[in-house]
Amino acid sequence: MIRLNNVVASYKTERGTVNAVDGVNLEIPDGCILGIAGESGCGKSTLMKVIYGDIGFPLSLASGSVDYGFTDDQGNKVTSKNIQKQWFKRISYVPQSSMSSLNPVIRIRKQFLDFESSSKTKAQTLQEVKSYVKKLGLPEESIESFPHQLSGGMRQRIMIAMATFFQPEIILADEPTTALDVVVQKSILLLLMELQEQMGNTIILVSHDMGVHYQATHKMLIMYAAKAVEYADSPDLFTRPLHPYTRMLINSLPTIGDDRAREGIPGRPPSLWNKLEGCRFADRCPLATERCRTEEPAFIEHRPGHFAACHYADSQANLSEVV
Amino acid sequence: MATILKTENLNKVYRLGSLTRSKHIQALNNVNLNIESDVPVIISVVGESGSGKTTLAKTLLRLVEPSSGKVTVYDQLVAGKGVHPPKTQFLATVQPIFQNPFEAFSRYRTVDSYLYETATRVAGLSKTDAIASMENALTSVGLEYKDVQGKYSNQFSGGELQRVSIARALIPHPSLIVADEPVSMIDASRRMIIINLFLKLKEDFKRSFLYITHDLATAYYISDYIAVMNKGVVVEFGNAKEVMSNPQHSYTRLLLDSIPTTKQKWARTKPIITANLTA
Repeated sequence: MIRLNNVVASYKTERGTVNAVDGVNLEIPDGCILGIAGESGCGKSTLMKVIYGDIGFPLSLASGSVDYGFTDDQGNKVTSKNIQKQWFKRISYVPQSSMSSLNPVIRIRKQFLDFESSSKTKAQTLQEVKSYVKKLGLPEESIESFPHQLSGGMRQRIMIAMATFFQPEIILADEPTTALDVVVQKSILLLLMELQEQMGNTIILVSHDMGVHYQATHKMLIMYAAKAVEYADSPDLFTRPLHPYTRMLINSLPTIGDDRAREGIPGRPPSLWNKLEGCRFADRCPLATERCRTEEPAFIEHRPGHFAACHYADSQANLSEVV
Repeated sequence: MATILKTENLNKVYRLGSLTRSKHIQALNNVNLNIESDVPVIISVVGESGSGKTTLAKTLLRLVEPSSGKVTVYDQLVAGKGVHPPKTQFLATVQPIFQNPFEAFSRYRTVDSYLYETATRVAGLSKTDAIASMENALTSVGLEYKDVQGKYSNQFSGGELQRVSIARALIPHPSLIVADEPVSMIDASRRMIIINLFLKLKEDFKRSFLYITHDLATAYYISDYIAVMNKGVVVEFGNAKEVMSNPQHSYTRLLLDSIPTTKQKWARTKPIITANLTA
């Protein structure tokens, strides 16, 4: 189980520090696909960086800690301080843009061998890489090519192959399909889902497309303006969301065969530079009252396993099913 | 009845490689579309990457010269071999909106200077009229001139800047606006604001749109007509609701099956991974 204890991550800038993730408490069970959704700038990528342990200037972990629930070879507990030693072996990362993550002037074969193990020869590792790549439905020859010779979907599959080669316990995927079209997106997501089923590891998937989350995830975390606002099992969250923001996110998507008018969410999130009081979603919320503007709602368990930060999570307007 | 958009045997071949070893890519293969209507319409072109939809848009915008064939927009010949419509007249007929508004506007110029130049040079307005038309255009996209004046592109969110670029396109009162993936860079929760704006501009200002996208759900939501492209060929064309509810071509069905909806999970019949990984 990955446990986030009151994580506050801040960026140092010329204007001062700003908290991009502001007090997130979370328990992520092992062997599930967790989806993180929210608007641009809500802190979802920063949270991923914190979980990956990629904390360096200007980002810093102002307070809180991440507990990964496993120990390293010496038997020490792994936290965000020493997770870096476990990169690729026990935690790995699938970035959004595969073109800028792969070295354009080195063959993919060589980039795979970058993390060769000391106990095996190059030829052995290469043979393993080849058979692994083949299992993921890619032609063996693809590792002989340069990144630009492959299509976007193939490059992303190579990235996934690299990230999963050592079968790590945790895989972080930050918008892995945003740059791809729908047909390729589906194949990439199905690949990730199948990998997770076979390896039984934890995948954390960031996307702002709620459709992607519905298809792939077991659990969902919704973030808004650096705060976690809702956390639940996906089927529950999609049918009976407790936070008005989640409901608006789901309802903002048009569906084929459904001719009802759809609205985007008007307004924009508050600037994190301002002093924020009360519920951060209050200005855009249809249910907001005076209480929401002054008193910050706590992130509490309203139904078993279903957390939300809203004063009116149990109100009538919030209990109807999503249509 | 006016011919809103008509392409006749439109072909575009790109040549890749050197003089001796070249490869030909047929980006557009005999594209024949004909849309006639008295009321403004929204035409969607959908397809995956490399299907030729952006080449079609660029041909209409005269950014790419077709290898053969011609294009008519609102009874005016705009593209084809030897076709040279007067530039200002052409720009007052067809206007573009591009995918990434941060690339469309330079970081070193204020965004209102783009609007001003479109008003004075393309629409040919005097200085005072130009300001008035900028104000009108910005109001129609839900922004105010004073919020835009003197600002640079990095001071806007993606959605706002895209609305500014729509306002810019509206200034010369074009008959057709070509929007190439206008919402793919915008946050999912705010896409519908832009999409609904297109609908409103169609109703209130009588503008027609050519909406290029790979997002079939939004295409279904706003389009009157839809053209499905694959490898440079229009495989299916017709009334949007009819095509989407009763797709005839297998490629259209493939596209429809790939949409991640929040209503029904994908059927998972054939596994991608062939062998047991952990073994």
